[in-house]
Amino acid sequence: MPRTLKLAVIGTAAGVFSGLLGVGGGSVIVPLLIVWLAYGEREATGTSMLAIVLIAALAVTVQAFYGNVDPPDAALVGVPALAGVVAGTALQQRVPERGISLLFAALLVVVAVELIIP
Amino acid sequence: MSAVAAALMGFAGGMVGGLLGVGGGILFVPALAIFMDQSQVRAEATSLLAIVPVAIVAVWRQLGYGNVRVRDGLIIGALSPLGVGIGVVVANAVPQRALELIFAGLALLIAAQLVFRALRPRPHEAEELT
Repeated sequence: MPRTLKLAVIGTAAGVFSGLLGVGGGSVIVPLLIVWLAYGEREATGTSMLAIVLIAALAVTVQAFYGNVDPPDAALVGVPALAGVVAGTALQQRVPERGISLLFAALLVVVAVELIIP
Repeated sequence: MSAVAAALMGFAGGMVGGLLGVGGGILFVPALAIFMDQSQVRAEATSLLAIVPVAIVAVWRQLGYGNVRVRDGLIIGALSPLGVGIGVVVANAVPQRALELIFAGLALLIAAQLVFRALRPRPHEAEELT
């Protein structure tokens, strides 16, 4: 499969995930870049974040038309998250790459459990 | 008090996001639904707004670390609208429960693949550990 087509499949799958569940789609993008396009873990996470900017901006625009967005509450979780993401990104540079893969697998198990429990 | 808990979960979401390359919605959505009493759809929509600046800051940091392949990231993002549209249509056509179980199965499958791959020895690992 051509490389651009693979990227298109990843973007479409991430978009579906985002449209359905209200997340950025990183839990789809990161593992597919690693397993399917042989990305290193850190490169996969950095590239995923760039895609998430576009995907989340699009999805929140659509949701805003439905009147579902609450900006004060978004700031309540989002502003502390800015400090968190700077710390998390710095920490990531000190973690071995396979450790990132194993942590990501743990995150996916948490996601699965959250989806299975009604 | 619940606002403090939501803010703490926001920080944790950003931390997980920075570490693993996700937006943090996995923690933002339950924080808003549980501590701020938002409906599921409202929590998801509000989470998306919180994700945008978090992802922008993450890209800024990761560009500095040299971990962003700009062209690939832009292609993935630019080609996502079709998927977003499909996601919304499918969400309205198929029972929510079925979708949740399908995604859970998919997540576990990918998790198993990541573990399998991480536990394999790889050539560049030696230099990384030094």
